[in-house]
Amino acid sequence: MTATRPAFSLRDLAGAARAFPTGRSSLICFVKEDCNTCNLAAPVLEAFHRAWGDVADIWMLGQTADGNAILRDRHGLTLPILDDGALQTSLAWGFDIVPAVFWIAADGAPQPPLEGFSRQEWETLAKKISQDLQAPPAAVAWADLPEWRPGCGSKHLDPEIHDRLLAEAAGSPIRARRIEIAPADDIDEFMFDQGFSDGLPVVPPTPERVLRMLSGVRRDPQDIVAVVPPNMAPATVEKIAINAVMAGCRPEYLPVVIAAVEAVCTDEFNMHGVTATTMGASPVLVINGPIRQRIGMNMKLAALGNGNRANATIGRALRLVIRNLGGARPGGVDRSTMSSPMKFTMCFAEWEEGSPWDPLHVERGFQREDSVVTAFAMTSGPVQIVDQESRKPDQMGGTLGLGLEAMFLSKIHRMPVDALLVVCPEHVRTLTSDGGYSKARLRDRIQAVTSRPLREMVSNEVSGAGIPVASAAKMTEAMLASPAPKFADTKFIHIVVAGSEAGKFSAAFHGWVTGAAGSAVVSRKIDC
Amino acid sequence: MTTILDPTDERVPVARQITPRTGNISGVIGLLDISKPRGSVLLDELERLLAARYPDVETRRYAKPTFAKPCPSDLRLQIKSECTVLVEALAD
Repeated sequence: MTATRPAFSLRDLAGAARAFPTGRSSLICFVKEDCNTCNLAAPVLEAFHRAWGDVADIWMLGQTADGNAILRDRHGLTLPILDDGALQTSLAWGFDIVPAVFWIAADGAPQPPLEGFSRQEWETLAKKISQDLQAPPAAVAWADLPEWRPGCGSKHLDPEIHDRLLAEAAGSPIRARRIEIAPADDIDEFMFDQGFSDGLPVVPPTPERVLRMLSGVRRDPQDIVAVVPPNMAPATVEKIAINAVMAGCRPEYLPVVIAAVEAVCTDEFNMHGVTATTMGASPVLVINGPIRQRIGMNMKLAALGNGNRANATIGRALRLVIRNLGGARPGGVDRSTMSSPMKFTMCFAEWEEGSPWDPLHVERGFQREDSVVTAFAMTSGPVQIVDQESRKPDQMGGTLGLGLEAMFLSKIHRMPVDALLVVCPEHVRTLTSDGGYSKARLRDRIQAVTSRPLREMVSNEVSGAGIPVASAAKMTEAMLASPAPKFADTKFIHIVVAGSEAGKFSAAFHGWVTGAAGSAVVSRKIDC
Repeated sequence: MTTILDPTDERVPVARQITPRTGNISGVIGLLDISKPRGSVLLDELERLLAARYPDVETRRYAKPTFAKPCPSDLRLQIKSECTVLVEALAD
């Protein structure tokens, strides 16, 4: 029966609504005015209408309202020409090329459409229609028509239009609340006013942009990825995609953003505490595995800084998710005394190819070919560690240790706190100049060069920080003389390689309260 | 009209917030006629009542060039710099 194609109701040139299915056999042809082949087809369709218009509906559907009147006047058409300027019917009927002709016989099986113009195909169709209707043939001078013309791409497939149409179509996966911004409102100012921004301009998350962003993953847009503190708001793939658009991400970054949201919204990472602390902690994201290269992340020159879209926007997208979905705002749950530019964005990739060691994700139990995001809760960084003079491996390791001693306060040792050491390639070369220099050896070296007698940590006139005098008074001389390295355990020292091949400047990020009482490092495999 | 998608958890209605009400009548009161017919009639009466009840209050009259367009930004800035509060007469 006729319900083999999507129903529609469109207006003809006189403004009258015409609905499909009509209850009769129908020939529906989609055209656009500026297509030469459509103009070739129009008089043929007119002949069809004149021959069979009393027993069947022969309709042209034009893809621009203005073009329909032009087509009518140019060819003296009398057949109904309907306005599909909104292109939703074109989208629903799903063809690629105009003219696209659909013959829907009242009692026939659905026919595939003809796209473009093939004289043989059209003539065959005309014979079939004539037979189906048991009506005389249409008066078409077939021999005068060209054998073949290719047709034009349908307007609904125009890249600038197609995503919008999909977003507006009945089957759109978009579920988020739509916010209409009046023409008199400045859209950027509106988003600032609503508090959607971190203080920098954001890309307006229009439905078509969000739909394009969602093409970066295979997941259902309504899948709940995580529950985001502090508001404990469910983060669907769609909501993350909206914030990723605002941050400036490309669709291929979305899997990384999703994995980052998963990582920080865990009990172990404790995003609520990381947000709330007056110390001003924020996630630092390290990306490992093949996805680094695939999405063009920076892991070399200026790896920790500006200039690379993936690095900058992945970190920012995470922060916007925490802000907009989680509700974490300075002065609200975020009580940072100083805060940090890391609360805008902090994400980089490890230069695995420039490292003599297993990359971070392999150390943490993943396969080298896995793509992984690792989140550290850090309060400071990147802090540079400068050494242009050391030439021996242990000198270099010693420098990196002394650099890390500055964490929080150089006086304080035996800290059960994570540090992330980013060793630059030139420092790696010095470390390995005599052969291998394992991460374990480097960690031991850091602990050795930072070991000081415990008594140096006791509160004194120079600095009141450290072990209270009363507590120190209860300690034996041997205890006070015992060496205290910077870190309570080597497991708190995390090491990656990144940066330019020129320059002897490594960097460190300093942690927050580490472990069950605070935040633990969390890695998540990226689904890509 | 631009449509964007809400990036939040949608707990709070999206709306322009109303400017806080002052709670009293003092300072300079701007009376803005949006230039719809008879708007001046309403504002004339309001100005007369204000003058009678609040002799210390100064009123100033403004008019938009046309009701069909947003208030020009120069006029908005002028009103903002000259007035404590503004009464806008829609009328018809």
